[in-house]
Amino acid sequence: MELKELIVEKLKKNFGESVEEVTDFRDDLSITVSTNKIVDVAKFLKEDDDLLFVMCKDVTAIDWAKRKKRFTVVYHVYSFKNNYTLRIKTNIDENPPKLDSVSSIWLSANWYERETYDMYGIIFTNHPDLRRTYMPEGFQYHPLRKDFPVLGIPGSLPLPEKI
Amino acid sequence: MGLEAKLQQDGFITTTIDSIIAWARKSSVWPMPMGISCCAIEMIAAADPKYDLARFGSEVMRFTPRQCDLMIVAGTVTYKMAQVVRRIYDQMPEPKWVIAMGACTSSGGMYRSYNVVQGIDQFLPVDVYTAGCPPRPENLINAVMTIQKKISKTRARDFQDIPMPKPETVNN
Ligand code: SF4
Repeated sequence: MELKELIVEKLKKNFGESVEEVTDFRDDLSITVSTNKIVDVAKFLKEDDDLLFVMCKDVTAIDWAKRKKRFTVVYHVYSFKNNYTLRIKTNIDENPPKLDSVSSIWLSANWYERETYDMYGIIFTNHPDLRRTYMPEGFQYHPLRKDFPVLGIPGSLPLPEKI
Repeated sequence: MGLEAKLQQDGFITTTIDSIIAWARKSSVWPMPMGISCCAIEMIAAADPKYDLARFGSEVMRFTPRQCDLMIVAGTVTYKMAQVVRRIYDQMPEPKWVIAMGACTSSGGMYRSYNVVQGIDQFLPVDVYTAGCPPRPENLINAVMTIQKKISKTRARDFQDIPMPKPETVNN
């Protein structure tokens, strides 16, 4: 059986309704799952003997601005065994933008989730150390959100006094 | 072939303290290489044998601010980095000068964005701006020569004892 079919079949068998959508665009398989199942799906993908997606390459988000479920969180995971990259997505609400952290499954997700928190304000519960990565602590906004102006908000970042 | 070749006996010249000190000062400007990003590569090139900043007495790049009189800010200054740049500037002894090298430091350059300071003159007294992205080494040398011209016009009494400011502490 082809790998992609195997992934979809295994996920559907184990998670049933929680697999919301499967798209295969230009050979990129992406699977949308329910938010509350994300950690279980992650654990399954990593530990299943045929799949072994042991490496998390990226965690990021998309801000759809006007959509009802405003954010999509995107994970890219890689399997050395199959030499294959899979995309997992999950849609979350704006208030509050919360979901479970997968950093207990993939350690590398730790910093990716911090970055996503920094840029989009998405709160990963059970994350060991959810601090900002790029912006200074104390900064109040999340710059990659669509409602943040490109030139920033005047006075939101401190500068040394002029001499 | 220099001046001393003309001398038949013990020579002396008359000058003023101001001009001899200004001459000495301008001939040994020690830069603080504040190389933050890509412009730093051209700054290094300017110090290399091909362009040879040493011809103007500025080859001694010191990596401690306490031995420098000229800060070359070469690279994109973000708001987070601005605190560091200013802190290093504060540690340089007076008198001191600043070159804003490249488009980024002069005006934010191509980074018209929330995280980059749109011109370091918002928090530093800049003496010379250098155009280019990055400026060619000749351009930087020209900036150093402009600084030299500026220094040669100074007088000793322009620099009274200025106490060093206490660097601000900022938690980022
Ligand atoms: S001016 Fe150009 S070369 Fe210099 S730091 Fe900015 S982007 Fe880099």
